[in-house]
Amino acid sequence: MVQLNGSNALVGALRKQKVKHIFGIPGGSTLPLYDALCDSELQHILAHHEQCAAHMADGYARASGFPGVCLATSGPGATNLVTGIATAYMDSSPIVALTGQVPRMMIGRDAFQEADIVGITTPITKYNFQAKAAAEIPSIVKKAFLIASTGRPGPVLIDLPRDVMQETADVDLDAPVEIRGYKPRYDPHPIQVKKVADMLLNSERPMMLVGGGAIISNASNEVLQLAEHLLMPVGYTLMGKGAVPDTHPLCLGMVGMHGTIEANKLILEADVLLVVGARFSDRTTGKLDQFCPEAKIIHIDVDTAEIGKNAKVDLPIVADAKKTLAQIYAQVVQRCTKREASSWLKRLEELRGQFQSRNNGSSDSNYLRPKDILKELRRVLPVKAIVTTEVGQNQMWSALHFQALEPRTFISSGGLGTMGFGFPAALGAKVARPEVPVVDIAGDGSFTMTEQDLATSVLDHIPVVVVILNNSMLGMVAQWQRLFYRRRYIAVDLKRCPDFVKLAEAYGAQGERVGSLSEFSTAVRKALASEVTTVIDVPISPEENVFPMVPAGSALKEMIWE
Amino acid sequence: MSTTSVQRGYVIACLVENKPGVLYEVANMFRRRNFNIESISVGATEERDLARMTIAVRGDDWTVEQVVKQLRKIIDVIRVTILDPKESVIREMALVKVHVSSAQVRSEVLQYVDIFRGRVVDVAPDSVTAEITGDVDKIDAYVELMRPFGVKEIARTGITALARGGKPIRE
Repeated sequence: MVQLNGSNALVGALRKQKVKHIFGIPGGSTLPLYDALCDSELQHILAHHEQCAAHMADGYARASGFPGVCLATSGPGATNLVTGIATAYMDSSPIVALTGQVPRMMIGRDAFQEADIVGITTPITKYNFQAKAAAEIPSIVKKAFLIASTGRPGPVLIDLPRDVMQETADVDLDAPVEIRGYKPRYDPHPIQVKKVADMLLNSERPMMLVGGGAIISNASNEVLQLAEHLLMPVGYTLMGKGAVPDTHPLCLGMVGMHGTIEANKLILEADVLLVVGARFSDRTTGKLDQFCPEAKIIHIDVDTAEIGKNAKVDLPIVADAKKTLAQIYAQVVQRCTKREASSWLKRLEELRGQFQSRNNGSSDSNYLRPKDILKELRRVLPVKAIVTTEVGQNQMWSALHFQALEPRTFISSGGLGTMGFGFPAALGAKVARPEVPVVDIAGDGSFTMTEQDLATSVLDHIPVVVVILNNSMLGMVAQWQRLFYRRRYIAVDLKRCPDFVKLAEAYGAQGERVGSLSEFSTAVRKALASEVTTVIDVPISPEENVFPMVPAGSALKEMIWE
Repeated sequence: MSTTSVQRGYVIACLVENKPGVLYEVANMFRRRNFNIESISVGATEERDLARMTIAVRGDDWTVEQVVKQLRKIIDVIRVTILDPKESVIREMALVKVHVSSAQVRSEVLQYVDIFRGRVVDVAPDSVTAEITGDVDKIDAYVELMRPFGVKEIARTGITALARGGKPIRE
């Protein structure tokens, strides 16, 4: 037991959790806490909008696997976190959000900068707390990190009334905690494992679909080992990109609305689909009853509530993906030798050959094509470089054409689809992994949503590279208006505003506009060597579409690719 | 998902942490996931730090399975069981205030209360309030019988329930 005020108890408890960085913005209710940060080893990174603080914590978590921490004051500070928290919730990212709150006596009286942030965030957090006394703080923090980072990870919020931060109490920073309603299940049931092995061994056309869960549970090796043994092609959801290298011969690329042709075709023919840590989102499945019409579905997920939520599953396993795949592999190896060739693999190669030349994008020679830009970016970047994306066309082009080679190197807002996520997430990722380059692949629409945090990158010395695929449009909306609303464009023309080069320079960052691939790769190389953030503006055609595409609500077989 | 499904009534019993905010968490989950609550009752249990929620839900098998999974996912919810109506004692209590226009009506109402094994809890010159306990159908039947007299006010508790036999749900 030590005598500490609430603020110091919080700082001490965060240190016990090995927290090194906090992304935040101060305000009235968090003044006592900031005062305690003065004397602590915790490094505070001053965001310029609380939404960005949350995305930074999220990017930090996704790049490192370690919970990211963000901090906002009461009222508007707290409500500004909401988009960031919801983003992390949808993509199962472990963040711990700390919010100031008005003093206990004022709660419920509509005090200045009071917001019911616990009520507001209940549906978008895995759990949330309001500290009622300083003595509770260490155990709350311990529980928060435990809940955020175990099982299916997710955001946890701790609301901290100002007077709780100020009161002094005897606190025990090492008190053990127990949460009786929270027992994540990691070990697969042996009978279920055997059944999976049976199904896979009896199948002729097995396919795997990996989601974000495969990355969260570090299951990449286990995915590949099983896939290679059975010659099982692997498709992924957006969140699963990076779980297997895009260069692997069995890797099909993304399944779904903007999935690759081979992934979306092969899934229609598969007889067993092994789904690992994915949740059958509508963007992945298209029309659900025609998703994988020939296949029996095996679903591995650590969250029981995902089983049967969207798709009807033939064989569910509620457990950790890595452990489960390892046990399935152990069974499979005992019962069959490594497959060397199969007609199923031939079918994959046939599809590849057939469609390799398709999907190159527009032929407007006045502009660089996104595909070529992203291929060039891959050539210039080291293997371990981290790429984040914004949301919309830039994101789907990245998913299709940028080859991710390692897990946790492709970071994108999948579930919520939050424009403006990529840049602050890149900053968070860079703080977590300062030794690797971090690049935000952006669109001109998305980047303007969080561009003010260029100030954070400059002032806190977090150099990243922003590549803006600038079509001067809210491109994805424009694409839908073009394809489904008879080109009746409305509210999509951004008219090349702002000038991103000048914008970058106004913040003390570097800006460059490039018109050719060689200029582009030179600019990226220069940016990687720079100690300050660089924004590279790459004009592309406003008419460019993302293809292939499965129209919303259609079956995967109704794919259009030109 | 469930196109050919049969809608039925289900009774779900939950043991939850006995602390503020848990009812909000549970109710919020129902709203967010587009499930309907027919009734919910909350009360103390044999353990001081546990509360019990009895939730009546209408839906098909698939919906109720989703409800149970989502309830179990809530960290403050410790235990969730679907109570089989055949294997459980299910009760609701209602207070029903009926207008009595004459002495004859009054005696008629009192007879009904007696038949339903209710108790008269308040009498005024122009009204009788009775307490009726039973399953939902019994209370519905009583209320229907009272309607011709003029029901002034009804307060129903929503159902509460326990499984028959010696085993508590927490085990």
